[in-house]
Amino acid sequence: MNDAYGTSPAGRLDVDGVSLSAGTFRIVRDLSLTAAPGEVVGLVGPNGSGKSTLLRSVYRVVRPAAGRVSVDGQDAWSIGSRSYARMVAAVVQEAASVEGDLTVREVVAMGRTPYKRLLDGETPDDRRAMTTALDGVGAAHLTHRTFTHLSGGEKQRVLIARALAQRPALLVLDEPTNHLDIRHQLDVLALLRRLPATVLLALHDLNLAAAFCDRMYVLKAGQVAASGPPAEVLTPALISEVYGVASEVAVHPRTGTPQVTYLT
Amino acid sequence: MRFTLVVGLLAGALAVAMTVALGVGAVQVPPAEVWGIVGHRLGLPWPAEVSWTRARETIIFDVRAPRVLLGAVCGAGLAAVGTAMQALVRNPLADPYLLGVSSGASFGAVTMIVLGTTLFGTRGSLPLAAFAGALAAMVLVFAAARAGGGVSSLRLVLAGVGVASVFAALTSFLLLTAERGNEAREVLSWTLGGLGGVGWDTLWLPLAVLVAASVFLMTQARNLNLLLAGEEAAATMGLAVGAFRVRMFVLLSLVTGVLVSAAGPIGFVGLMAPHAVRVLVGGDHRRVMPAAILGGAIFLVLADVAARTISAPQEIPVGVLTALCGGPFFLWLMRRGSRRAEGGAAL
Repeated sequence: MNDAYGTSPAGRLDVDGVSLSAGTFRIVRDLSLTAAPGEVVGLVGPNGSGKSTLLRSVYRVVRPAAGRVSVDGQDAWSIGSRSYARMVAAVVQEAASVEGDLTVREVVAMGRTPYKRLLDGETPDDRRAMTTALDGVGAAHLTHRTFTHLSGGEKQRVLIARALAQRPALLVLDEPTNHLDIRHQLDVLALLRRLPATVLLALHDLNLAAAFCDRMYVLKAGQVAASGPPAEVLTPALISEVYGVASEVAVHPRTGTPQVTYLT
Repeated sequence: MRFTLVVGLLAGALAVAMTVALGVGAVQVPPAEVWGIVGHRLGLPWPAEVSWTRARETIIFDVRAPRVLLGAVCGAGLAAVGTAMQALVRNPLADPYLLGVSSGASFGAVTMIVLGTTLFGTRGSLPLAAFAGALAAMVLVFAAARAGGGVSSLRLVLAGVGVASVFAALTSFLLLTAERGNEAREVLSWTLGGLGGVGWDTLWLPLAVLVAASVFLMTQARNLNLLLAGEEAAATMGLAVGAFRVRMFVLLSLVTGVLVSAAGPIGFVGLMAPHAVRVLVGGDHRRVMPAAILGGAIFLVLADVAARTISAPQEIPVGVLTALCGGPFFLWLMRRGSRRAEGGAAL
């Protein structure tokens, strides 16, 4: 059964004792993480703590040296990349550039590729998936624009639409708010919260993570330093341990979310 | 639909270009007679009676037709290879000639000619040797660009320049030290890229390879699109990037090798054709590929007409002409690329 976005309602992610290396250098060691269906899970941590590498293993570009990544009980590497692409979509960092003068519609159409055989044309279902995705990110009016001519915020929304066109159960995003102004950062994160899919995203800004994530994992040197709801995780002690920065954490009286103030 | 219209117009333009190419030369033949002769020789019911001389029929059908067709086949094939390469390396400056693949193919073919060795009779061994040379060049370029991690487009193009120079130097060396002087001079003019002196018998292999490769590349249009989004993004949309790239390298080397062994290395068609048609149909490979194939064919057929007529009766190798158009085009693209430089992907 599919909802308005056509995404399947499941989308449980299990990362089980995963170790990841680049060359001989172990970036992530014996790390476990879960995301329940529909949850928005944030990944924070200093540069080089392994966030991106961990995400790459979840969107099946880096194969774990040990451990297992599975979505809805299916091992990522026991099914083909096409099948996996129908369950898991990603907005990767490098994707901010799409070469060639493709229109927004053509970029979003890429997301339908895992459903296509060699000479398949576009079906009404493809068109529905694309329209819904573009509507969902509020970019329907951009459909016929050239992708490279868009602003950073518009591009990011289109790339999310492309991922949504895959009708994923799990959506993975690597710092989707990078290079966006604050207005667009809030828009993108609010959009992610509305999605029916499970969302796993890396973020730099602790306050944004606290405001938009159901749960968060704090990474340090390739391991989980803390995890849980933002209110439990974000403490001055942890921030000092992980980032080496003194801070105060207060619960905002109006929003009720924890708010970090750095003491420099 | 706009795309259907563009493809229709391009197909029409190709027919016109080929008619002109068949009619133009030392003996001028009007279009109606050109089509009469072609129809007659193909055994079509029209025209009912023969109104031309035997000599004209020979000129049109046995001398010019294979040449014009080879021009169309090479133009189409080079454009298809260029289109695919530009997607594979995510760089608008890619072209089989610029990345050294054509030089590799020439080197393979020239080695075969100069050493005089034949594996399966001359006809089969030449394209095979050219294919091997092209594949070697492609692998070398890619390995050189890949050294030290990911493949950057800038490194890839620089590696292409390096590999092209080495293969060109090796080819010159072989030619200059070859014992049979006359043969070497003949080969030297072939290395400039030319369509002269072909007969129907040399046409079949390039034609067959072109048709097969074009069909295959059109089935891969979606995957080529994915590469425009970057390797990682392509992988997240279900493309096995490594295996795909290997398949494409082999296919593109095969097409380049066969075309180079038939007509010599003709540069810049693969660079210009895709860019020209993108202005008309946009960047989606489902439309760029067929349009570029037609556009490349038109361009090379017309370029060959110019090569034959500009300083008639002297013939200019068509590769010289395409380089004359393509070099400035390349520089213009590069300047535009550096002005637009976005995300560091373009040069």
